[in-house]
Amino acid sequence: MNNRDKYNKIFIEVLGVEDNKLDENLTYQSIPAWDSVGHMSLISSIEESFDIMMDTDDIIEFNSYEKGMEILRKYDIEF
Amino acid sequence: MTSSSRLLEGKVAIVTGSNRGIGCSIVEEFAKNGAIVYANARREDSLNEMSVELSQKYNTKVIPVYFDVTDESLLKQAFLRINREQKRLDILVNNAGIMKDALIGMVSSTLMRNIFDTNVFATINMLQYAVKLMSRQKSGSIINISSIVGVNGNPGQIVYSASKGAVISITKTAAKELAPLGIRVNAIAPGMIDTDMFRSIGEPHIQERISKIGMGRLGTSREVADTAVYLGSDLSNYVTGQIIGVDGGALV
Repeated sequence: MNNRDKYNKIFIEVLGVEDNKLDENLTYQSIPAWDSVGHMSLISSIEESFDIMMDTDDIIEFNSYEKGMEILRKYDIEF
Repeated sequence: MTSSSRLLEGKVAIVTGSNRGIGCSIVEEFAKNGAIVYANARREDSLNEMSVELSQKYNTKVIPVYFDVTDESLLKQAFLRINREQKRLDILVNNAGIMKDALIGMVSSTLMRNIFDTNVFATINMLQYAVKLMSRQKSGSIINISSIVGVNGNPGQIVYSASKGAVISITKTAAKELAPLGIRVNAIAPGMIDTDMFRSIGEPHIQERISKIGMGRLGTSREVADTAVYLGSDLSNYVTGQIIGVDGGALV
């Protein structure tokens, strides 16, 4: 499984998003599941899956599916 | 001591402010009870000797980690290291703290910032990083060291007591937020404990303070550490959000 698949799988499993909805329109609070609690679950799964610890500022700025990949590149995760 | 009586066998802990006083005793009691302990201090090499000695004496690992708790990037490195080496974290003891007294009217902004940076903001940061590891295993115990003056207040300690009061609020809120994740958060509120920090108030004041302790004596660091062992162990599995006074019946 490549990093993109891994990243997608987390969104699907944690937020219950359909595969075809994983795009630039998926943003924080755009769906009920991506609320503040869902956000922390999402971050926790991402950190565990990619074995990283994100800085607090990055967790706060992680406000969309697309932005998330941009932030993860800072942790040497390529998509 | 046999392994069956070691209350923290197999647990991984990090203790801040370990080079003296209460922190030092907590590291020793944790090691005695079988925990692998990451002992933190600011000053490089200050814990090397103690770590080797305790590791051998108690047949466990005491590992020094040097960083200033107010430096978030260094603090993060410590948690990354624990994750890399142990893949888990069971106990965090937020012990590092500074006490500086000032009467109302003489409290500077610098004093306020220094005390809150260490006693409050670093406590929250440590807690946030610990939770990253603990939430993965759905268990953990966070022990914050507050103070009797954080509960009751004390003349000359408006900033210090406010910071320790904040530690109590942090404890209660974090306990509620983290209970669904299986993470417990409690605080110890030591009274007058015979440490260098306490003795810095001067001998005449010490005698006057002892007269206000029901048990008629200062507490020991070991007595605080014993409570930390209880809170870190499975004996307290259903205890969270509590502020436990270790004060010998002191009236402050």
